[in-house]
Amino acid sequence: MTRIEFWQGNTACTEGALAAGCTFFGGYPITPSTEIAEHMAVKLPKKNGVFIQMEDEIASMASIIGASWAGARAMTATSGPGFSLMMENIGFAAMTETPCVIVNVQRGGPSTGQPTMGAQGDMLQCRFGSHGDYSIIALCPASVQEMYELTAKAFNLADEYRVPVFIMTDEIIGHMREKIVIPDSVAYVPRKELVRGTPPFRADNDLIPGFPQFGKGYSVHVTGLTHDERGYPCATNPKLHEALVMRLVDKIESARQKIADYEILNPDAEQVFIAYGAPVRTVQQVMHDHPDKNIGFLRIRTVWPFPGFALKEFKHAKRFLVPELNLGQIAREIERHMQVPVISLPKLGGDLHTPAELFAALEDYR
Amino acid sequence: MSFEDWYRQDRLPHIYCPGCGNGTIINCTLAAIEQMAWKKEETVFISGIGCSSRAPGYIATDSLHTTHGRAIAFATGVKLANPDLNVVVFTGDGDLAAIGGNHFIHGCRRNIDLTVVCMNNQIYGMTGGQGSPTTPLGCLSSTTPYGCAETPFDLCELAIAAGANFVSRWTSYHVKELEKAVLAGLQTPGFSFIEALVQCPTAFGRRNKFKQVADQVDYLRTHSMLKAKRDRLLEQGEHIPPDMYIVGELVRRNRPALGVKR
Repeated sequence: MTRIEFWQGNTACTEGALAAGCTFFGGYPITPSTEIAEHMAVKLPKKNGVFIQMEDEIASMASIIGASWAGARAMTATSGPGFSLMMENIGFAAMTETPCVIVNVQRGGPSTGQPTMGAQGDMLQCRFGSHGDYSIIALCPASVQEMYELTAKAFNLADEYRVPVFIMTDEIIGHMREKIVIPDSVAYVPRKELVRGTPPFRADNDLIPGFPQFGKGYSVHVTGLTHDERGYPCATNPKLHEALVMRLVDKIESARQKIADYEILNPDAEQVFIAYGAPVRTVQQVMHDHPDKNIGFLRIRTVWPFPGFALKEFKHAKRFLVPELNLGQIAREIERHMQVPVISLPKLGGDLHTPAELFAALEDYR
Repeated sequence: MSFEDWYRQDRLPHIYCPGCGNGTIINCTLAAIEQMAWKKEETVFISGIGCSSRAPGYIATDSLHTTHGRAIAFATGVKLANPDLNVVVFTGDGDLAAIGGNHFIHGCRRNIDLTVVCMNNQIYGMTGGQGSPTTPLGCLSSTTPYGCAETPFDLCELAIAAGANFVSRWTSYHVKELEKAVLAGLQTPGFSFIEALVQCPTAFGRRNKFKQVADQVDYLRTHSMLKAKRDRLLEQGEHIPPDMYIVGELVRRNRPALGVKR
């Protein structure tokens, strides 16, 4: 039986994780994500799981990677300053293909910035923030319901692709309270186990190696150094390094279509809004207030890998309007995919765009 | 299982320099583990970055070679997620006490059931010989060309103050004692810290007037003082020379521990 609750986004995020079988949370308090840690601290011990408050976000990220190798579905949650600290070990997770889920309840930056105000300023940091080339998956919920659903989904994606998966939410969604329908169960995609006798980092045709969990007798060596199929360091072989990095990137980028999660409204429109996260709600209000087949909407739930192909479904688009709570981080990505003019509608400071502001922007360019 | 079975034979030759003390410490640790009769599939070695941290790569168990200074934080995740695993951390002075200092003291405070073996060569060996938080006053390194002007950490005192259940210090000269200390650490629930001073002929010895490998090992021998003797001398009001390393079992206690086998 489904049940209905009235929750804030951070609670829904936690419950979605628990529904997906998260058994380990390592974190550090930081506004506006702290409710996730607090909720986990209450719930996980009752489910025989582990909650640990680490000494900082560097250690939080390290702890969930360790837990993941020990077989747990593991998660951490943070916000901007803590996210910056996590970058080091996020790169380690990417290099070692460690499934894990990182929730970033974004707040205004740079630096300590605006702890209690929403923003989307970390969208490029989550994609490119650690050094070197790699790919990740990032999901952006726009409602309390989606906080639950996308967090649960993030664990499946992390296990399926053996990659860090980000819930790139924001203070607005994290602290907003609204109705949520809790499903009986959520989909569960298990981690693909390593076939005995196979070198631990030899990928299958899907470019993803099976997972050799610690304690199962695989004797696997895991290192952040460039490694061969056996997992052994091999850091001075240019071809091997290139092949490894290309596989880490290709296993995600070649699955763009499969990973993509987006919705299209009015595909024949000339004016098209593109949004993810909290600004989706303002666009929805504009669409509601001005029913017009000439206003299109692409709302993106999977921001990384970016579903550039979805843009092509708007065949008559004359311009894309992109409201973001940053200075156009994803607008720039959209420009890479299309010749159609992209109008960035940035908003800083913590307030959402008002529907009137977005409608005015629409009129300006009509 | 024979002793050699703990090594990944297909990883040889190793990267350690001729005369390096790290192999001695790895041998002592594995000899202690052999006495514990641990199984390979139940044992995980975890490390950060540096010469010492390459050790898990040569051992035929599951092993996690992580980021600089973070080994204890990773190990905390592994151990809490599956307390049935035996988790041993290899680290060095730079890894543990500089970049990883915070994780070190919090591992001790939590008293998480890990055994941490620190190969203290008093220098950054892998990057070519820079000063570390344990480089003795006045010693030369590539970043202390006029002599180290900073007072070094006493890693064991740090671990004791932070709450570890077992703390012991020996040197690469004291192989029997070191093996017993690691064994005692493995047997003690909670955080066990074993510091092993090691010679580093390449990065430390050649800059600091140790012409032969044996010269530095001999220095460690002649500059070690048993804790019991130190305590006796202190009681008698005698002066303890500041360049003495106090060796032996420094703490064994039974404070509440985290992540102990179910």
